[in-house]
Amino acid sequence: MRQNLFDISLIWLLLVLIVMTLIPPLTNSITMREEFFLMMQYIALAASLNIILGYAGYVSFGHIVYYGIGGYVAFSLMYFYNIHLIPAMIAGGIVCAIIALLLGEAVLRLRGAYFAIATIGVNEAVKALVNNLEFLGGSAGLFFNFKIYQQYGGAGSAIWLAYYLMAILAMVVIVVNYLIKKSKFGLGLMSIREDEDAAIVLGIDTRKYKSLAYMLSAFFPGMVGAIFFFKNGNIEPVNAFHLLKSIEMIFMVVLGGFGTVTGPFLGSILYERIRGILLVNPLFKDLHMAVAGIILLFLILFMPAGIIGYLRDKFSVLRRYIE
Amino acid sequence: MILEVKDVTKRFGGLTALNKVSFTLDEGEILGIIGPNGAGKTTLFNVISGVYPPEEGRVIFRGEDITGLSPFKITRMGIARTHQVVKPLNELTVLENVMVGACFGKEYMDLNSAKERAMDVLEITGLIEKAELPAGKLNVPEKKRLELSRALASNPVIILLDEVLAGLNPAEVTEMLEIIEKINGEGITIMMIEHLMHAIMKVSNRIVVLDYGEKIAEGLPEEVSKDKKVIEAYLGDPELTLKLVKEEGE
Repeated sequence: MRQNLFDISLIWLLLVLIVMTLIPPLTNSITMREEFFLMMQYIALAASLNIILGYAGYVSFGHIVYYGIGGYVAFSLMYFYNIHLIPAMIAGGIVCAIIALLLGEAVLRLRGAYFAIATIGVNEAVKALVNNLEFLGGSAGLFFNFKIYQQYGGAGSAIWLAYYLMAILAMVVIVVNYLIKKSKFGLGLMSIREDEDAAIVLGIDTRKYKSLAYMLSAFFPGMVGAIFFFKNGNIEPVNAFHLLKSIEMIFMVVLGGFGTVTGPFLGSILYERIRGILLVNPLFKDLHMAVAGIILLFLILFMPAGIIGYLRDKFSVLRRYIE
Repeated sequence: MILEVKDVTKRFGGLTALNKVSFTLDEGEILGIIGPNGAGKTTLFNVISGVYPPEEGRVIFRGEDITGLSPFKITRMGIARTHQVVKPLNELTVLENVMVGACFGKEYMDLNSAKERAMDVLEITGLIEKAELPAGKLNVPEKKRLELSRALASNPVIILLDEVLAGLNPAEVTEMLEIIEKINGEGITIMMIEHLMHAIMKVSNRIVVLDYGEKIAEGLPEEVSKDKKVIEAYLGDPELTLKLVKEEGE
């Protein structure tokens, strides 16, 4: 268990992310930028979810709630007080972390399916709440006035800023995932995943560990939401608390391999490609989730540890290079 | 006296699993806990290790009241245990399993020292060759040894062993008994639940007998094995029991 950042399994992953980030500005391609923005968003979301789902083994089904809350907090700060994106984004993340810490005290007492269902309930409850809050625009949501983008040098550069921030965030979440995996904290979380009763008897403060993991895994989606809705220019409850996005996150983590660092990264890229291909194909148009569902079914049956988990299991040589 | 159990009562609904059980544990001894199925032996371990808080009574460890503390706190104070129904962390390797014990137990080690400690422990328990294997792939006797290794890695003051001999063949039993005596020789106090009479009679310094949640006898192995109440609790027929104990011993 080496704990340094110069581990080959992390270095190549970061290099790939940096190269990906630089392709759109170098080729000056807007299409590429949009596609990579989406990929980076998926990576950041999936890798965040991996902390609570992959390491601690708690299936947070309504995890998108933090993306929505972070989005709303940041959007309101920018909309009402004209605050810059970066502090607004951090505020969104912090609010999410605090909410997760408080909420975790209640929902993390539940295990298995009960926990999963409770988190769906939380998402739906927050959505209903925001729907009824007049000052947040109710179900119609809020729209930016284009003047907001002036402090960023116009809408064009504002979008590029959002793009770079999302890329940095994706890298940060990947590094955090790696550091957790290689730490005592990570070992404790994985013990909880394997057998929570054994973990507490072995001396792990399971309650504290779960709360911390849940808090971390809520912090980053809050910032992702902030960036996304800033770029989007409007926010509404249907988009912010869309349960389908939650399912997408779980799919990406399981596809790549939960509890691994590379898994959520690979799963996100593959999912974005699958989705991209299916969405433009007239034959499948609205069926991309159905296809994803079928893939998920086969994964659980034949490759329950996901692609990375499978590769690490079958080819032990790869373990040094893929974490 | 290192541990004192005072008038402990534990009820599950209408069932009294432990009824005013009291005994003490001296430093460095091996205390055997025996009794028929359902006598409350594992419940007693669960109360001591903090898994269940008792309804009445106290558990005192080195003069400190630990009744009702969370299991992780009790483990960190130096009481480690194994489980009758093994609880391996399946997807983690054998080494990582034992590292968890070292990391979060009494010594609360960092990862690097935990790894060293784990390797030493695996050497003692004879699992060193399986260190890199996922714990889920071990067979039952190996999983029992893994339980013991994890408990041992935390460098505890007391180890509670819950039927570590069950399901082992005679050769494995002998091996395990050697390990237990070796651990005890290093100064760790041991409390063990066991059904295998000849084995527990051989290694224990003292024996406590439970039946229907009550302590019915306590004393040296030879005293306990001749106690009328104990024999009755086991088979109802004292003479038959004596015969069986003898046969098993041979």
